[in-house]
Amino acid sequence: MFKKFLGSVREFKTPTILTLIFIVAEVVIEVFIPFVTALLISYIQTPSADPLADISFLAGKIQPTDTLQMPVILGFGITLIIMAMLSLTCGGVAAYTCAKASSGFSRNLRQDVFDRIQTFSFENIDKFSSTSLVTRLTTDIHNVQMSYMMIIRTAIRAPLMLIFAIVMAAVMGGWLAMSFVVLVPLLAGGLLLISRRAMPAFRAVFRKYDRLNESIEENVRGMRVVKGFSREEYEKKKFGAAADDIRADFTRAERIVALNSPLMQVCVYANMIFVMLVGSMLTLDSFGELVNVGHMSAMLTYGMQILMQLMMLSMIYVMLTMSSESMKRIIEVLDENSALTNPEHPVMSVADGSIDFDDVSFKYSAKAERFALSDVNLHIRSGMTVGILGGTGSSKTTLVQLIPRLYDVTEGTVRVGGVDVREYDLDTLRGAVAMVLQKNLLFSGTIKENLRWGNENASDEEIVEACRLAQAHDFVSSFPEGYDTHIEQGGTNVSGGQKQRLCIARALLKKPKILILDDSTSAVDTQTDAFIRAGFRSYIPDTTKIIIAQRVSSVQDADLILVMENGKIAAMGDHQTLLAGCDIYQEIYTQQTRGGGDDE
Amino acid sequence: MNKGNMKGKMPAGGRKIDFKLLGRVIKLLFQSYPRLLPLAMFCMVFSAAVSASPALFTQEILAIVDKTFKAKLPFSAVADQIIPLVLTLLFLYILSIISITVQTQLMAYITQGFLSKMRRKMFDGMQNLPIRYFDTHQHGDIMSHYTNDIDTLRQLVSQSLPSLLQSCTIVLTVLFIMLWSSFWLTAVVLVGVVVMIVVSGKIGGGSAKNFIRLQRNVGKLEGFVQEMMSGQKVIKVFSHEDKSREEFAAINEELFQSSYRANAFANMLGPIIMNIGNVLYVIVATVGGMFILSNVPNYSIRALVELQSGIPIGALNIAIAISFLNMTKQFTGNINQFSQQINSIVMALAGAGRIFGLMDQEPETDSGYVTLVDAKMLPDGTLTEADGHTGLWAWKHPHEDGTVTYQKLEGDVRLTEVDFGYEENKLVLHNVSVYAEPGQKVAFVGATGAGKTTITNLINRFYDIDDGKIRYDGININKIKKSDLRRSLGIVLQDTNLFTGTVMDNIRYGRLEASDEDCVRAAKLSGADDFITRLPQGYNTMLTNNGANLSQGQRQLIAIARAAVADPPVMILDEATSSIDTRTEAIVQRGMDALMKGRTVFVIAHRLSTVRNSDVIMVLDHGVIIERGSHDKLIEEKGKYYQLYTGAFELE
Repeated sequence: MFKKFLGSVREFKTPTILTLIFIVAEVVIEVFIPFVTALLISYIQTPSADPLADISFLAGKIQPTDTLQMPVILGFGITLIIMAMLSLTCGGVAAYTCAKASSGFSRNLRQDVFDRIQTFSFENIDKFSSTSLVTRLTTDIHNVQMSYMMIIRTAIRAPLMLIFAIVMAAVMGGWLAMSFVVLVPLLAGGLLLISRRAMPAFRAVFRKYDRLNESIEENVRGMRVVKGFSREEYEKKKFGAAADDIRADFTRAERIVALNSPLMQVCVYANMIFVMLVGSMLTLDSFGELVNVGHMSAMLTYGMQILMQLMMLSMIYVMLTMSSESMKRIIEVLDENSALTNPEHPVMSVADGSIDFDDVSFKYSAKAERFALSDVNLHIRSGMTVGILGGTGSSKTTLVQLIPRLYDVTEGTVRVGGVDVREYDLDTLRGAVAMVLQKNLLFSGTIKENLRWGNENASDEEIVEACRLAQAHDFVSSFPEGYDTHIEQGGTNVSGGQKQRLCIARALLKKPKILILDDSTSAVDTQTDAFIRAGFRSYIPDTTKIIIAQRVSSVQDADLILVMENGKIAAMGDHQTLLAGCDIYQEIYTQQTRGGGDDE
Repeated sequence: MNKGNMKGKMPAGGRKIDFKLLGRVIKLLFQSYPRLLPLAMFCMVFSAAVSASPALFTQEILAIVDKTFKAKLPFSAVADQIIPLVLTLLFLYILSIISITVQTQLMAYITQGFLSKMRRKMFDGMQNLPIRYFDTHQHGDIMSHYTNDIDTLRQLVSQSLPSLLQSCTIVLTVLFIMLWSSFWLTAVVLVGVVVMIVVSGKIGGGSAKNFIRLQRNVGKLEGFVQEMMSGQKVIKVFSHEDKSREEFAAINEELFQSSYRANAFANMLGPIIMNIGNVLYVIVATVGGMFILSNVPNYSIRALVELQSGIPIGALNIAIAISFLNMTKQFTGNINQFSQQINSIVMALAGAGRIFGLMDQEPETDSGYVTLVDAKMLPDGTLTEADGHTGLWAWKHPHEDGTVTYQKLEGDVRLTEVDFGYEENKLVLHNVSVYAEPGQKVAFVGATGAGKTTITNLINRFYDIDDGKIRYDGININKIKKSDLRRSLGIVLQDTNLFTGTVMDNIRYGRLEASDEDCVRAAKLSGADDFITRLPQGYNTMLTNNGANLSQGQRQLIAIARAAVADPPVMILDEATSSIDTRTEAIVQRGMDALMKGRTVFVIAHRLSTVRNSDVIMVLDHGVIIERGSHDKLIEEKGKYYQLYTGAFELE
């Protein structure tokens, strides 16, 4: 799992390695500082002994005297200050490189995840909700960044200190170090056992916790429903039960982890007692041969350190496992392969706007029982206008989404310009097929910026032309800032009808060979709707137009009208034939024209 | 942690601890656990104190061993000295282990209990907030109270506060021992501590500045990501992937810059304080040495106490100097601990501030006293309360003399000369009068923002009117208990909200005591039964994520069934069928008409076929009713409605 992440370190390998080096240096200095201070203390205690006697190559550098000598103290002092400065430098540099490495790593990782999402096909997009993707890009990556920081700062430090302490204990503790042979496995085993027990508990709790938060979100979003049905007390009770449930589970998990400290103390104290009791016995009864006082005091110092570092390691382990949920979620995105890939030798141009469906069947997932589309045969000549009518869930949208290869057919073939859509370069195909989605969306930015999504290099004239055709020019010009009017996120500052017309203009700027409008004029009044269609006829006669609509009036002048029901084409023909021969069409037609109004 | 919602979380002034907030958190903690918390605190202080004392005994044992060793005596010679010391140690250790076990277990319990309590308090409080609160706050922001802010609070209660308490205990104990030993050296240590505080304050300031920038950039990135993720399909259709990658890279880079600066500052705090500690150590050693050599009288509490009994103040001795050096180490170590906590405490308090902000919100007020009851007609023609759902309702008026009277609910709703604005001085409705007689179907049409939905918001008192009157069966709606008023109004909104649970659960939300048969009947009435039975598990199909596996139209059908099972006397349909195709809508319409026969219905729709058969149609324009009348009458008048109907202008 970690390997996948390491790929995102890239140019931050250097700061990462520098961090490791400087932390090693810092640890080394940190380890020697107590050494020097111990010498200083022993000098202050007994100025009559050569404080450097233990360090053979320096021995004799200081002449022992009966009283304290200031220069000696100052000498030690300066040595210590220099060491502190060095340690500060290393620590500071490591702090900097570590921050840079972990922030950089998370930057790369975030970019990688985002890039991966950009390769997603509709099928992949359907799988992840947009909020979950946002969480992965923000919270989860933040958690991973924190773990990375923790690893490069502590994960090298703790083992290093541990090794050092073990070596020192073994060297300076003599026989007494044998206590670790018992205690270290005991502690390590205990910590492992605790983590093993705690982890699944935490994982379960976190999942429950996520669900709790989802239910809060649901409550907030549905507050009008809650209040409308006066369900406040019911919601409180429901939430109270869920919150209590989580509390119980959370407490259980936390209490397992809370055993770490007592376990640690038991080991430290057992060591202390062992050293004190057995140490003094051995020292005195072996007359210093096996163990001496020096061994005993060394054991106290290093014993503490060894156990501390083990504790640190177990903390790292716990933290890592806790963030492993975040890691898993990120990996899920990184491992998600686009369901659609470019063919090896893609066709790079689309001949014309003809569309052919041959025995096409489609279902959204391999596991789905029902086909969303079945046995569709359809042949559309370039330049035709095709209307599609049908009830909710009759798969109108599904049908047209196969044309720009937003999904791949399950059976059969879809051809555009005579070529199977799977043989085209995806960008080429989608450049030629413009689709205005049912859930159309404008992005924050000016109107012009939004329109240029259709064609980055569109001139102002082209933009105005497209807007005229989409009947958007008039209202855009009526805005004080015209085409430079800023659109809020989600396009909330233009009306539904205006938004739809801007989306049509945006699609027209692509100068597509095929234009698909998926219920894109539902909020546009019938007259404007008619103007738009008239414009299509006279200005883009060669473009194939496919119009999904609820209103019969939107499609009745089309060359071909499809009536869809339950994933099948129930009837096909022009207005007159359908009116004469299709019950569903008749029903819709009379439904919508009943009672006059349209007959004016 | 959801950082995007942490905008404005860092107090602009940097990292100052808001003691008032801290006090409130601590007070709440005590209130929640008046016995357990003091016990846990006692254990913390006790184990902090105990952890320092074994050193005294071990030193003594070592000294004895050393002396005995030099005298070349066997263990048995000093066993009676050492064994009691070891036993004392053992005793202390056992105490310490018990106290730390109790403390950590208690804190795990207290922390989660406290968090759960806070969560529930927030949630319960939130249920009582007026709709205005939800309309004026982003849902993401509200959510972050439950996620980020609670998480920071968890850190505060389970780690920061205990560690603060323990550090403080140790620092104070050590400080006392220092003063006991030597004033001079204490002064040196204190100067060092002041330096530490100043330096960490400086670095903290730099860090805070960068953290604020970081938060801003996180917010920016989250905003961008949110927009892109929800527009992912549009991006695909326009092959805009590379462009959005580039834009993301630029924002990501900015975030990186601020993130590494902020973290670099924060990371440096530890090494800096520890090394100031090292330098301080050297200074104390040097100064100590100087004092020993120069024989300056060593003032200390101990010396002053001894002076009382006539012992003159002596010079600093080596034993004191050495113990001082150890204390310096301990002192700075704990200050470092302390400084590491400051960051999370400041963050947690910002979170706590927001949590309290939500809890302190003014709840929806309700001075209504008229209640709605299921009623039945007695043989003599008088109304009385019924035990269960009868389809007949009555308003129950309590009177001051203790008697109650029942008035039949008719469904007569009258708005008279109503003015209303969401914000002061910005009226959305002007002088609106609507009379809906029992059994009438009243429709509102008009452009987006004309005020259609606002009218329904006023009838169920999601908002209160600024001027005018609203009467329900002749009763001023302010006198009706809000929950009863709303129960009497079934609402179906355009944005359908379903809850996690089965389809059946969702329908039953309308009337909790409804039987399965009731729910199925309601679903049949509203035309939802057809598609529900075709779902893999029928009525037991689980809906999650607001019914993400259903189409918008199917969600609306369930919402209509939900309102139908409540069987309310008055119904408000706000674009309730907007996503249902016209054929299905006709089916729904028939069902609804059957259901609502004899009941009052308010309909808002932009599809005119939906409103055509209404008794009265109100055409709203900029908060004013410009036309009213039946479909035929309005068509005849050839006014705005006529234009709308003939498609001459746009509705939305």
